[in-house]
Amino acid sequence: MVEYVENKEVIARRIARFFNDGDIVNLGIGLPTLVGNYIPEGVTVLLQSENGMIGLGPAPVPGAEDKDLTNAGAQPVTILPGGAFFDSAFSFGIIRGGHVDFTVLGVLEVDQEGNLANYKIPGKMVPGMGGAMDLVVGSKKVIAATTHFEKSGQSKLKRSCTLPLTASKEVDFVVTDVGVFAIREGKFILMEWFPPYSPEFILANSTADIVIAEDCKQGEIC
Amino acid sequence: MVEKPIVSAAQAAELVEEGMVVHVGGFLGCGSPDRILAALLARHLHDLTLVCNDTAVYDQRTGKINGVAPLIVDRAFSRVIVSHIGTNPETQRQMNAGELVVDLVPQGTLAERVRAAGYGLGGILTPTGIGTEVEQGKQKITVDGREYLLELPLKGDIALIKAKRADKSGNLVFSKSARNFNPLMAMACGLVVAEVEEIVEIGALDPDYIHTPSLFIDYLVLA
Repeated sequence: MVEYVENKEVIARRIARFFNDGDIVNLGIGLPTLVGNYIPEGVTVLLQSENGMIGLGPAPVPGAEDKDLTNAGAQPVTILPGGAFFDSAFSFGIIRGGHVDFTVLGVLEVDQEGNLANYKIPGKMVPGMGGAMDLVVGSKKVIAATTHFEKSGQSKLKRSCTLPLTASKEVDFVVTDVGVFAIREGKFILMEWFPPYSPEFILANSTADIVIAEDCKQGEIC
Repeated sequence: MVEKPIVSAAQAAELVEEGMVVHVGGFLGCGSPDRILAALLARHLHDLTLVCNDTAVYDQRTGKINGVAPLIVDRAFSRVIVSHIGTNPETQRQMNAGELVVDLVPQGTLAERVRAAGYGLGGILTPTGIGTEVEQGKQKITVDGREYLLELPLKGDIALIKAKRADKSGNLVFSKSARNFNPLMAMACGLVVAEVEEIVEIGALDPDYIHTPSLFIDYLVLA
């Protein structure tokens, strides 16, 4: 029996290989931000930050922080040559208008209908949705990035979300540390598995409807 | 060209009255009018409504606090209309204790509601929030087979904003990601005070690169 060990790097590395050269990508706070570290050589993506910029660069060297230049998580960032700034209404015009190719965001729960919950645990934690609702509704493709199991051992891939939804039926892919899932016709479709886990392990440890794709393969993490 | 009064932060804060709806620029403290907010804090008002992207940062562990967060701690607001309160646990505490009404609005919807107020629109239609708690109590309108929520304009009594540079007439240039909600807030309120880092002569700013034209600005404060 394989024992599950959380591995966020695998998730970030795999998601980074979804993008095509020239894509506009928004990375959420936390785990999704790590994706930016693993964009393959030869692929250039323009990172959009909903507080009002495109062409987001890496963190500045210590001492070179600019009080007027932060990402949507309030961390100091830089802007790449060719980048641009704009106001919040324009920024969400880019997002809601369908001009972002991929949005990657973390989840509390994601279900087989493509519903996503990530902004509220009633009575416990209410950070607010920030830009997440607009990003999930407006982006061409939505990738949910999450460790596969909760601390309690429960799979985060649900039959049906129990928490308040961030958006209804908008998620296209879920990438976890055990595999890659597409969401189609009310089911999770297992596209890739990551060793040491197997499709059998994934099915045996899930309560949601998961179908193994005909061309399902072992995922390559490079 | 009419020159706008350059006032102190304290004089600017005097323009805010109990019961007002106050629009404040800034995003987690980046691009917020800090001198005016400090002067407003010193007045200890308690029945304001805040319209802002968020309630800024209050990290009780490190002591880091910025933007509107000190005003939240001082209980300046009876209601806040924001997209995010996750970096200021005091907002959540007051909300849970029933001391503060918090209206959470998706960030893009908040920006459009403020923009609609400034642009003279009766509302905007957005797909954001359909199928979530956000749709509760709102009118749904179908256009070309897609459902949208009718979201209403969000006008304010006074806007407190921050820019990098102004000329003496009040033309503004913002800086980098500190622009965020600032130009929107300036258009949505009857009275607008801009805190700026530099004030230059009229004509010194290139008209092609002015972000907010002078007509929206009533007072300038030097940061």
